[in-house]
Amino acid sequence: MSEYIDQIETGASVGLVEKRLFTFAGDEPLVLESGRSLGPVTLAYETCGTLNADKSNAILVCHALTGDSHVAGFYAEDDPKPGWWDIMVGPGKPIDTDKFFVICSNVIGGCMGSTGPQSPDPAAGKPYGASFPVVTIGDMVRCQRRLVESLGIGTLLAVVGGSVGGMQVLEWSVRYPHMVRAAVPLATTTKHSAQAIAFNEVARQAIMADPKWNRGDYYETGRPEHGLAVARMVGHITYLSDESMRHKFDRRLQDRVELSFDFEADFQVESYLRYQGNKFVERFDANSFLYLTKAADYFNLENQYGDGSLVAAFSRAQCRYLVVSFTSDWLYPTYQSKTMVKALKKNGLDVSFCEIEAPWGHDAFLLPNTRLSDLLSGFLNKVCARCGIGGCS
Amino acid sequence: MRFDLQVIASWIEPESRVLDLGCRTGSLLAHLTEEKHIDGTGIEIDEDAAGQAIAKGLSVIHGDIYEEIEDYPDNAFDYVILSQALMQVLDPETILREMLRVGRLGIVSFPNFTHYRNRLQMLFTGRAPMSKELPYEWYNTPNLRVIPIIDFRRFCKHLGVPIVKEVAISTHHHDEQGKVITFLPNLFATFGIFMLGQAR
Repeated sequence: MSEYIDQIETGASVGLVEKRLFTFAGDEPLVLESGRSLGPVTLAYETCGTLNADKSNAILVCHALTGDSHVAGFYAEDDPKPGWWDIMVGPGKPIDTDKFFVICSNVIGGCMGSTGPQSPDPAAGKPYGASFPVVTIGDMVRCQRRLVESLGIGTLLAVVGGSVGGMQVLEWSVRYPHMVRAAVPLATTTKHSAQAIAFNEVARQAIMADPKWNRGDYYETGRPEHGLAVARMVGHITYLSDESMRHKFDRRLQDRVELSFDFEADFQVESYLRYQGNKFVERFDANSFLYLTKAADYFNLENQYGDGSLVAAFSRAQCRYLVVSFTSDWLYPTYQSKTMVKALKKNGLDVSFCEIEAPWGHDAFLLPNTRLSDLLSGFLNKVCARCGIGGCS
Repeated sequence: MRFDLQVIASWIEPESRVLDLGCRTGSLLAHLTEEKHIDGTGIEIDEDAAGQAIAKGLSVIHGDIYEEIEDYPDNAFDYVILSQALMQVLDPETILREMLRVGRLGIVSFPNFTHYRNRLQMLFTGRAPMSKELPYEWYNTPNLRVIPIIDFRRFCKHLGVPIVKEVAISTHHHDEQGKVITFLPNLFATFGIFMLGQAR
């Protein structure tokens, strides 16, 4: 997903939130899907809203590739920007914190407070770097489960997320069917297409080709900033669409009236990508980018749970689904959501699906969108009314 | 709720499984869910209508009925409803067979083309009839076909599909009031509503 949006929809904010840390697997390391062990493991997380007495109103929000636990609200009074989904999470908003208790955690392998390649390796006394084990979407979800259970929650009312967050939603619904009442996978897929893997590989190669990457061991010598910026530029292109780029930039020139005839950023789109790349470098770790894109590429729900059949994979699921795709998303196009819906229907599961007309590409789920807000609030209200949770109409 | 939908609703057993093809904004499904506690799903091709239905808390798939109905297992539903959409269906035989594959019973409603006012219009003006039920010119109508009640019965016979129940009504397109027509329905009814069973 791209940088946090700047627009703040009118509506109340959850106010001040605090980043918390949950550490586990200190005594007994977590055995990952790769077979390697990791421990202790820390997850950075935030919560907003109030958990009700029977702990039945919890919603887990899963962030996309480069997101974090800061889903809504502000860290300080003078914070210039709220959390990444402030338009969707807050009092009176679709994920209504007056009704729901919202949890969002940073995934393992990430660099926003959870254990990842830049965390100190207790055995080596320095950051893991490239010796960090490869993690999967399944590993991320297993860690989230530990967090959810540590909060005393046995069943989640809903798991909601877009893009790589949507993969976590799907994983949750199939891995822990008894713990999930409703699942909302947005702009996502049950497995990466060759095209999606191809873009990720170009991004990874950009990082690894930077001499400063130094096989992942750069925390003392200086980060591979250029490689990471290029990786981000590639990623960013896939989050937009032909139409949105034409609308935003077309072939307009940046700060000049004629072509430079050198390799300056002549065009606005070049300048924009460079800006996005550089901004990203300030907040993200290059090794984390390698690990997280690999986790997304490895995700394959039908192979993992259905021996190659998506219908068989979803036969484990029990919850209701709301699946949403966007017309201009060329990273995870609508046909992938439809395949998912087909398999859910064949299992007799309760599923709603809507393809939203939106010109802004994959990132549409992060932008203000009345349709998406209405779908989500209607769906969640119904789920909690059916579960007999108070305060829901 | 429209009178024709009220008739359909009266035929649905409580707590049954219902699929509504072309459900629009889901008013029938919402009514059935509220009044009869059915387990309902809708299919609707228009994003705006489907979005409104989901926002009401209904389970609705945004998509084409031909494609979407294929995915359901045999007898997944007790009733499959096709309300005022048969006129716009490209291949009625396929849809009816699919309806009766995935559903135990099918319910079909359509405006009766051979209503006497249509006949008179044609006779006296010599033009293609326009009515409240079929309010389009020949060049802008979404309807691919016009259906007389009498011909629909013949069609069911041709398919070997038993008609379990049938009611002809006289009501305007959006009216909540109407009456059941028993005398010469092919002449006096504005709508025909049929419940169909699975072919033996």
